[in-house]
Amino acid sequence: MKLLGAALAALLMMQGAVRAEDFSLSQACPPSFQKVDGLCQFRSLYQLYPSLEGQGVGGLKTGLPPIRDGFSPQQIDLGRYLFFDPLLSADGTVACASCHEPDKGFADGRGRAIGITGEPVKRSAPSLWNVGFLKRLFWDARADSLEAQMEGPLYDAMEMGNTREGLLAALNGNLNYRRLFATAFERPATNEITLAEIYLAIAGFESSLISLNSRYDYYAHGQADALSEEEIEGLNVFRSFVARCAECHTPPLFTNQQIAVIGTPEPEGMARDTGVAGPTGDPTLRGGFKVPSLRNVALTGPYMHSGRFKTLEEVGDFYTKGRGHAVPEGEELYLHWHIWEPQLRPEEVKSVAAFLQALTDESMKPETPAAVPSGLRVGARVLD
Amino acid sequence: MERHLKWIVPVGTAAIGLVLGALIFGGGDKPHDEVLVAANPLFSGGDGGSLQGMQVTGVRHEVHDGESIQAAVKAAKAGDVIAVYPGTYHETVYIDKSSITMTGVVREGRYPTLDGEKKLNDAFLYSGDNITIENFKIINYKGNGVMGQAGNNFVIRNNLIHDAGVYGIFPEFGKNGLVEHNVLSGIEDAAIYIGMSDNVDVRHNKVYDNVAGIEIENSRHALVEGNYAYNNTGGILVFITPGLPIKTTYDVIVRDNFVLDNNHENFGAPGSIVSGIPAGTGILVMAADDVVIENNIIAGNDNAGLIVTDISSVTNVASDPESEPNPDRVRILENVMFNNGNNPIGELKALMLTQLETKGPDIVDTGAGSDKCVMNGARYRAYGLGSYRPCRADEISTATIASMTLSAPAEPFVIAADTQDGYERIVGERAYYGVCTGCHAYGVRLIGPPVTEIQAIYEDNPEALAAYIADPVKVRENFPEMPPQDYLSEETRLAVAKYILSTTNTDGR
Repeated sequence: MKLLGAALAALLMMQGAVRAEDFSLSQACPPSFQKVDGLCQFRSLYQLYPSLEGQGVGGLKTGLPPIRDGFSPQQIDLGRYLFFDPLLSADGTVACASCHEPDKGFADGRGRAIGITGEPVKRSAPSLWNVGFLKRLFWDARADSLEAQMEGPLYDAMEMGNTREGLLAALNGNLNYRRLFATAFERPATNEITLAEIYLAIAGFESSLISLNSRYDYYAHGQADALSEEEIEGLNVFRSFVARCAECHTPPLFTNQQIAVIGTPEPEGMARDTGVAGPTGDPTLRGGFKVPSLRNVALTGPYMHSGRFKTLEEVGDFYTKGRGHAVPEGEELYLHWHIWEPQLRPEEVKSVAAFLQALTDESMKPETPAAVPSGLRVGARVLD
Repeated sequence: MERHLKWIVPVGTAAIGLVLGALIFGGGDKPHDEVLVAANPLFSGGDGGSLQGMQVTGVRHEVHDGESIQAAVKAAKAGDVIAVYPGTYHETVYIDKSSITMTGVVREGRYPTLDGEKKLNDAFLYSGDNITIENFKIINYKGNGVMGQAGNNFVIRNNLIHDAGVYGIFPEFGKNGLVEHNVLSGIEDAAIYIGMSDNVDVRHNKVYDNVAGIEIENSRHALVEGNYAYNNTGGILVFITPGLPIKTTYDVIVRDNFVLDNNHENFGAPGSIVSGIPAGTGILVMAADDVVIENNIIAGNDNAGLIVTDISSVTNVASDPESEPNPDRVRILENVMFNNGNNPIGELKALMLTQLETKGPDIVDTGAGSDKCVMNGARYRAYGLGSYRPCRADEISTATIASMTLSAPAEPFVIAADTQDGYERIVGERAYYGVCTGCHAYGVRLIGPPVTEIQAIYEDNPEALAAYIADPVKVRENFPEMPPQDYLSEETRLAVAKYILSTTNTDGR
C-alpha cells in the first residue's frame, strides 16, 4: 500500500499520453440489439415464445422477462469505457471489470471479491451476463435497478472506495470523458458530467451482456442432438422433482428471481451472513439470497454468496446431502420447501454438472477496450 | 391456423393430432399412417372448439413390452401418436417436442406400466405444447408421475398413478389443460398439482391415500369438478404459496366433488408446504381470490369440512411481500356438509375450545379477506362467517361456466401472423439480431464477413443462403469456419436468409 501513491502518480502521468482522438463511441448497437430510431432494442428468438402471465419463467420454449433496453449505442459504448476504467475508484486501482472480468464469466474466479483494500469483501462477485433482465440486484436483493446497484460498489470503502464528489471530480477533470459524455448525451461538453449520466451509461453496457446462444438454447429451439446423452440426462435430473433445480433456476434465464433460504455454509471462521434479513429486517428471510441465474455458471465458480463451494459437483453434493445439514446448531433458518433430501446418485450429480456446462455461451462477449480514457491500466487491479 | 401451425415444428407436417379412442384400441399391429381426427373434448367439445373436425395426419408408432418408449418419442414428429402396449417399462420418458399423443393401449385390463422401481425420478417429463398422456399405469417413481414444464394445451387422462413420488400429475407453467379420469394414490405431496398454470379443468378424478388430493396453487381460471377425494390428509386445496414467481390464485370453481373422510396421517416431507396441513381437512382455501365452493358433498373430515384462511397459516416458510395474503370474494354456495370436525387438531382445536366446543366445524374462516358470501349459511356448523354476506341472485350458480379451458388452443408464439410476410420478417429479424450479430455486422467484418458481401453473393436466392446457414462450408481464407445453425427450423432459416438479403442497416450491425 505504501507504493500506492507513487503508482497512482505514475499512472496519472501516463494519462497525458492518451490522446483524445483515440476514443470515439460506436454508432452500432451491440450484438442482439437492433437500432431503432437511434436506440438499441433487444432482439432474441425467445421473444417469439409466450410466457405464462408474462413472467418469463417456464420451460424450453418460454419467453424472457422484460429486459432493460433502449439505450443509444453511444451510451452503451461509453458505459463500456467506464466499466473498464479504474478512474472510477478512489485511488485508480479498481474498475468494475476488476471483479467482473469478461474472461471469467463477468465474475472474478474468487470466493469473495477483493476490492480497493486488497482484503476480501463479504460476498462473491456475481456474474453480469444477462443482468439487464434482473428485477433485483445484489445477493440480498436490496437494489431494484442497475443504477441503485452500482452505488454500492462505487462508494463502498471495501470495494471501489470512491465518493460521489470524488467520482464526479475525476470524470469532469478528464477531457476525454467531457467530450465522450457530450457525444453520448447529445449536449455541450461544457456541461458538467452528472451521476445520472454515469449510471445510465454503465447500466446500458451491463444490459448489453447477452448470453442466450448456448448449446442448451439450440436444444430448446428444437435441435434434439445439440446436447449429449449425458447432458440430456442432466437436464432431466435438473428439472425432475427429485432434484428440483429448475423450480428456482427456471428457464429461460435459469432464475425465477425470487429469494430462497437454502442454508449453505459460510467459509471457515466467517459469521452467518444474514442475507435478505439485513435490508428488509424480516427474520424469516435470514440467510436468504436472490436466486442467481445459471447462465455461464461453469465460468463463474466458486459458488454461493460467499464462495464456499469450488465446483459444481460440490454444489450438487450440498443439495443432495439434505435439508439443513450444514445449518449449525441453534441457527434458526426458514429453509425453502424445495430443499429436501433428494439423495441424488453421484452419476446424477455428475450429469447435472455436465448439463450446466452446456449453458456456456460467450459468443456475444464485448471487446475489452485497448485503452481507457483515463490512461490508467484497462480493468486495473491485478493481484496475482 | 394452417399458416400458423407451419411454425410449430422445425421440419415436417405440423399437426395437432388427438385420435379417436377407437383408432387406438383397434389399432393394427404395425406402424402405419393414419388419418387422425381431433376428438379431444378439450379442443372439439361444444360449439366453439376451433379444431373440431380438423383433419390432420400423423404417424402411429407402436411400443411393445421390452421396447423403449423414449426411442419412439425420439422418432416421432409433431402430430404423431405413440401407442404403448401392455407391459412393464422402466424409463423416464421426456417429450421436448410438440403435438405428441402418448396413448396406452389397455388390453383385457392390462395396462402399459411405467415402473420407476424407486430408482427413477419421473415417469413423464414434457415441455412441448399439445401433449396428451393417457391410459398409463405409473408406479414407484421418486419425483413425479407426469410433470409438465410450460407445455400448453395438455391433456392428462385415464391414468392410474400409485406411489409415484412427490406429485402424481404436475403441470407447471402451462396454459389450457385438462386433467380427467385419473386415479391417484400414495403420493407424498399433492396427487394432482396444478402449479402456476392458467385455464385448467380437473375433472372426474379419484384421489385417495395422498397427503393432498388436488391442489390448485398460484394458478388462475381452474375448474375442479366431479372429483372423488377421500382419505387424503387434505382433500382439495386452493392456495397461494409465497416465494413463487407467479403470485396469484383466482377464479377457481370447486363444484360437484365428493370430499370425504380426508383423515389420513400427514406423511409429507419435512419442510414441505403440505406437511403443515392438519389431517382431517376437506377443502382448504388459502389466500386465493374469487373461489367458488358449490354443490360439493363434504363429509367425515375430522378437522373441518372447509377452511378459509390467509397466508399466515403457513408458518414454516419465509415471507413474500409480493404475495397478497388474504382470501377475497370467496363464495360458498349450496353444499352438503355433515359429520365433519369429529377430531379437530392443532390451532383449530384451540380455537374451538375458546368457543366451548370440542368438535370442529363444517366451515371455519379465520377472518381475513373481504367481500365473501355464503348461501344458506345457517345450514352449516360454521365458525367465523360473521363477515360473510348472503350471496346475491347473480352469484348463486356457476352453471353457465362449463369449462375453464380456452375455446381455442393457446398459441405457441406471441407474435401474431397477420400476414405471412410480416410474420416471416419478424422471425428473420429476431433470428438475425439474436444469433447472427454475434459474428456478423452490416458493413464491416467481425468474425464473419459483412452482410453486404453476403448480399452480393446470394442476391435474390434466399433458399441457397438458408441452405448454407444450415450446413456451412469453409470458403474464405482467414475466416473461421461458420458453425452450422441447423437448430433453427427450416422456416426460421429461410426467414433469416430473406432478412439478411433485404436489410439495409447502415448503422453497422
